Amino acid sequence: MARKVPEIPSASLADIAFMLLIFFLVTTTMDVDSGLRRKLPPFVPEQQDDTPPIKKRNIFEVLVNKDNMLLVEGDICRLEDLRGKAKEFLNPNLEGENLPEKKTEYVEFFGDTKVLTGSAVISLRNDLDTKYGVYLAVQNELIAAINDLRNDLAKKKFGKLFESLESEQQKAIKKIYPQKISEAEPKKVGGK
Amino acid sequence: MSKFRKNGGKELPPISTASLPDIVFMILFFFMVSTTMREQELKVKVNVPQATELTKLEKKSLVCYLYIGPPQRQFVAKMGNAERIQLNDKFATKADIPAFIQAERDARDEAERPFMVYSLKVDENTPMLIVGEVKQELRKMAALSINYSAKKAVER
Repeated sequence: MARKVPEIPSASLADIAFMLLIFFLVTTTMDVDSGLRRKLPPFVPEQQDDTPPIKKRNIFEVLVNKDNMLLVEGDICRLEDLRGKAKEFLNPNLEGENLPEKKTEYVEFFGDTKVLTGSAVISLRNDLDTKYGVYLAVQNELIAAINDLRNDLAKKKFGKLFESLESEQQKAIKKIYPQKISEAEPKKVGGK
Repeated sequence: MSKFRKNGGKELPPISTASLPDIVFMILFFFMVSTTMREQELKVKVNVPQATELTKLEKKSLVCYLYIGPPQRQFVAKMGNAERIQLNDKFATKADIPAFIQAERDARDEAERPFMVYSLKVDENTPMLIVGEVKQELRKMAALSINYSAKKAVER
């Protein structure tokens, strides 16, 4: 008759597991990195400025000075009002003296619709002393304006949010509301 | 001979701890799955600004981090209070950025390099001067896909 093998004591298993647990608690972080995705323009060394001047009505000009104040289209503006103004500028269905030029173009799913011409652009310029936090807040508002418009259109047309659309549908909406934010080289804006 | 006689002297059986390891292992697996390894020790204070229009960075292995902010308290005596760039574990200047990017690229698979994202973790009080310089360096290195790191803003 075989002798019974003595049971391995498992009392210390908990301690081992606790040790592992504490190791992982200390060495890992939980935060998922998130942020605003942007694309930088490619570097062009010292080019001559031979591009034809863009008409003023096609530019949505945002300036941020060293005191973190905003100048939008020549008027002092609060950060909270920026989103509304940007939406107004980007909406192709609004006509106005200062609003950008529109053209009619065929877009899938939508047929012939009015879209902004390719030269319509949001131009963002900041001072060297502008705080990064303010700069990012401005960027955030501009992106929010575009996202709002895209979501509105997506809801109206497809009954879904922009993010949950299929890529073809997203493409169509992106054609109507492109994300065009141009960042000028920072320079001293306004007085010393 | 009553039914409710106290079992004099009989001790309470000890609570079984046999399931304790299982419970701890469960917690352990939860943490192993839901967290990521700490990237590096921060030598600069980075309090990223808040924003609402956030996108999450999906592929951690393709992200490379650049930190900008004022040095931590223990480095103030040596480095001063002005905002500094931190690359890997060291303080750096903008002149170190091209080498850093090259090294990061070399560390990745060739096929994955076009999808690399450069995450700028910048303190919110940093002047744009230094951020602008870093952006210029990134452009020169054709590192165009960037991410301004930000926290989710609390709804007002």
